[in-house]
Formats: sequence, C-alpha cells, structure tokens
Amino acid sequence: MTNVRAAGKAHRTERLALIVLRGASGFFIVSIALLIGYLAVEGTKLFTVDHKSIFEFLFSPTFAPDQGHIGALAFILGSLFVTAFAIAVGGPFGVAVGVFFAELAPKRVASAMKPAIEVLVGIPSVVYGWLGLTLLVPLIRNTTGSTGFGLLAAGIVLSLMILPTVVSLSEDAMRVVPDSLREGSLALGATRWETIWRVLLPAASSGIGVAVILGIARAIGETLAIQLVLGNAPVIPAGLLSPASALTSEIVMDMGGAAQGSLLQHSLFSMAFLLLLIAMGLIVLVKLVARKAA
Amino acid sequence: MQVTVPTEKRSLDKMKIEDMNVYYGAFQAIKHGSLDVPENKVMALIGPSGCGKSTFLRALNRMHDLTPGARVTGKITLDGQDIYADDVDPVTVRHRIGMVFQRPNPFPKSIFENVVYGPKIHGENNQKKLMEICERSLRSAALWDEVKDRLNRSALDLSGGQQQRLCIARVLAVEPEVILMDEPASALDPIATSKIEDLIGELKREYTVIIVTHSMQQAARISDFTTFFLLGELIEVGTTSEIFTRPKDKRTEDYITGRYG
Repeated sequence: MTNVRAAGKAHRTERLALIVLRGASGFFIVSIALLIGYLAVEGTKLFTVDHKSIFEFLFSPTFAPDQGHIGALAFILGSLFVTAFAIAVGGPFGVAVGVFFAELAPKRVASAMKPAIEVLVGIPSVVYGWLGLTLLVPLIRNTTGSTGFGLLAAGIVLSLMILPTVVSLSEDAMRVVPDSLREGSLALGATRWETIWRVLLPAASSGIGVAVILGIARAIGETLAIQLVLGNAPVIPAGLLSPASALTSEIVMDMGGAAQGSLLQHSLFSMAFLLLLIAMGLIVLVKLVARKAA
Repeated sequence: MQVTVPTEKRSLDKMKIEDMNVYYGAFQAIKHGSLDVPENKVMALIGPSGCGKSTFLRALNRMHDLTPGARVTGKITLDGQDIYADDVDPVTVRHRIGMVFQRPNPFPKSIFENVVYGPKIHGENNQKKLMEICERSLRSAALWDEVKDRLNRSALDLSGGQQQRLCIARVLAVEPEVILMDEPASALDPIATSKIEDLIGELKREYTVIIVTHSMQQAARISDFTTFFLLGELIEVGTTSEIFTRPKDKRTEDYITGRYG
C-alpha cells in the first residue's frame, strides 16, 4: 500500500518537474521569437514607414538621417573589412596553432595550453579594446604618422580576439580525425607533415570550416573592442590607416541620441536587423558545413 | 627463446629479428623474440588475444615510434640492414615495409587518390604514370573490375571488403618488399575474407607477407610458416603443416587443439 502511494507521489513530482521544464523552455522560445519579431518589425520600419529604399540603405555611402540620407554602406564595408582582415590574419594563424597543438606539440604542452586558450575566450572584449587603445593605437601612430585609429588597429585587435575560438575549435577538429588515418598514411611512408597536409587537414576540413565561420561570427558581432580603436568616422575607409565605422560601433555611437521614431533610430534598427540576419546566415552555414561532414 | 625455421625448408631470409623486446612504459609486451622471416613466403603469427602478435608486427615497420611510451630493443634487419639503426629514417622503412590494418582505413578521398597517395608523396607526379600504377595496383588487389568505372568516387562508398582490398592496393602502389597484415579480414564477412585470402596467396609471389590472424583455420589455409605467440613470448615457429600436425611444444599443441581461448 505504502509503495503504491510513494509511487503516486513520485509521479506528482515528475509531473511538476515536467511542467517547470516545459514552462521554462516555452518562455525561452517565446522570448527569442518576440525578440526576433520586434527587431524585424523595427528594423524594416525604415522601408515600410519611412518609405526609404533598401537599395539606398545597402549601397549609398551617405549617412545623415537628419537630412534624409540613410546610406549604411560605410558601416557595412567597415564591418566587412575588419572581419575579412581578422579572418585573413587570425584564421590561418589560428588553424596553424590548433594543428600544432593537436598533432605536434608534446602532450603535456598541449594539455596545459588548452585551458589557457579557453580562458582567453572569456576575457571581456572591452579589455581587448583597452589594450588596443593603449598599446596598439600609439604604436601604429608612431610608426606610420597616422592617427593610429582605423581598420588596421581594429583588424589586429579582432585577429587576436578570434584566435582562441579558431585555435580551440580547429584543434578539436584535428583530434577527432581517427588515428587509423594517421597510421594508414604513415605506414605508406609519409612524413608527419605530408600526413597532416594531405590526409588530416582534408579529413578535418569541415570542422576547421566551422572553426573559421564561428571566428567570422565572433568578429562581425564584436562591438566594444573595435569601437575603441576604429576611429568611428562614418565614411568609406580610404585605406588600412584611415578611421572607419562598423555596423556595431555605429549603433553604439548613435543610439543614445536617437529619438523614438526618428529616421536615425529606424536606421540603427535596420543595422541591428542586418547584423542579426548575418549571424543567422552564419549559423545556417555552420549547420550546412557540419552536415556535409556527417 | 630462440626459435628458427629448419634450414632445409627455408628460402632466403628477408627479415631477421633478434632478441626483440617491446615495452609500453614498464609493461613488457614482447619478451626476447627472435624470428627469421623467409622471402616470398607467408608467415602467420597466431596466438590468443593479447599475446603480443600485433605488438610484434608493429615493431617491424617502426609503428611504435608513434606511440608515446613504447620502446623497442633488439635487432631487426631487413636484407641485413638494421631498421632501428640511428641513420635509418623510419619513413624509408615504412616505404619498404607496408602495412594493412585490422579495420579498413581508406582516406576520405576518391578511390584513385587513395591508391596513388603513396606514389605521389614519393614524388611521382606524371598523371599517366599514376593512372598506370593505379590500374596495376587495383588489378593486383583484385579490385579493378569492380571499381574501374568509378575511380573518382569516394572510397568511403565501397563495401568493407572492397575498402580492405583498396587498402591493400594502396600498399602495393608504393611497391614495398614486405607486407605486414594485422588481422586484415577480421572485420569482414566470409566472402570478402575468402577474397582477401586468395589475394594473399597471389601476393607472396612478389612480396614477403607477415600476417597476424586470430583464426587458426585462416593461418592453415594461407601461410607457409606459422609462429605461435603466448604471453609476449614466441613459443614455436615451423612450417604451417608442422605446427598444425606435429607441434613440438606442449603449449602450442594445447592452443592448436583448442585448450586456450
């Protein structure tokens, strides 16, 4: 008798647990949906309410909302440039370090470095920006005679910031390549380097692709670190040394002064929505690349 | 313990192993193993699981170099040359002594690229030559007719038995002198197994084959000589018919008649 009662009680606890879990996940899903929906509505008001053209937003270099110009090209290009720079420098470097830790470094070194690299991921971006501002910007200023602020500084800071992500994920990608492939290649008289270059890297390519894409995602969404060193001039950058703006840094710069319902506010929302779309696109890309591997 | 093939029965010795010891850290996996391996014959290594057959085999092409903590001592010669000598490059050793593994391990590349992988890293870039090597190796591995129309398809699309023959073709493509096989048919079905066994019979015309097998029937079917291992020791070596009909050592007899796992 008591057993049956205990079982009934257990079932009640289980029902309660289920309700709590369902409620929490339901709340989570609704919040995300509302967030995306809100951003989508506000982010398109520029086109639906203000009747500006998407074409102007994407391709016009002139951004002066108080005079009716809402071209975000300078910010889009700024974001793309710094991200491309970060990936071009940090990507190959990060993959190389990841491969080194996975394949060549002595076990003790590799296992000591892994947590150290993961700590780097957790350093707040403002710290990276601060270091960039106090070390990198003066260095660039003194060597080149420019202001020091600009794409180069932001690109270097971002390269460093994405490094831990790329290193850590590409190391993981190399480690999941089965040993049988390593042995198969070496047993055919291949050197370690030939084995890495011709067998292991191709075998890990989708994992490394994911590492690079997540590096891109981290770079394109980064705000504070680059805002501190980018110079924040709303113009199309003329070169690596010229100040520029990115989508993220522009939103931070102008959001305080954007009146509710103003053209400026709607423009900023459109930029935020654009960033969201890019992020979603990258996530889809990650899924596609990962699925190709499986 | 010193075990040798009777002199009158053997051809030239391709490899000689003298007093081989293999350690994994403090554990000694092979104890004072000595063996002469005759050229152009099939030498089977048999014994219960964990007796050191694979460990012994992997020492023969210096695969233990890659295992942290593993150590090989003793003298192992190929055509009289010590393969563990200081001035010998393990890469060259593995070029001359090929290996087929227990589980097929084709690279995630096309069938063609798998076969020509070895020749390519050894410097052959002529496409026509590579194609010739590919066809010859696949024919020798009895796989050509099954794959000749899809050489550019992924090797991973092949069946397990085909993959294993592809791995054999891949080894043949680098023209080794000795082929080591570590239970090459253990992951395959009976039909694929019999194809591999037929193939091994063909291979000994040009190559010296050393094969680890857990199946005594297989050893009896395909090998000329058999070595019996027990607990890291080489107990007895002889012609396969001797080992299976008149073993000299009691422990060999016990194993042959099924008294060990």
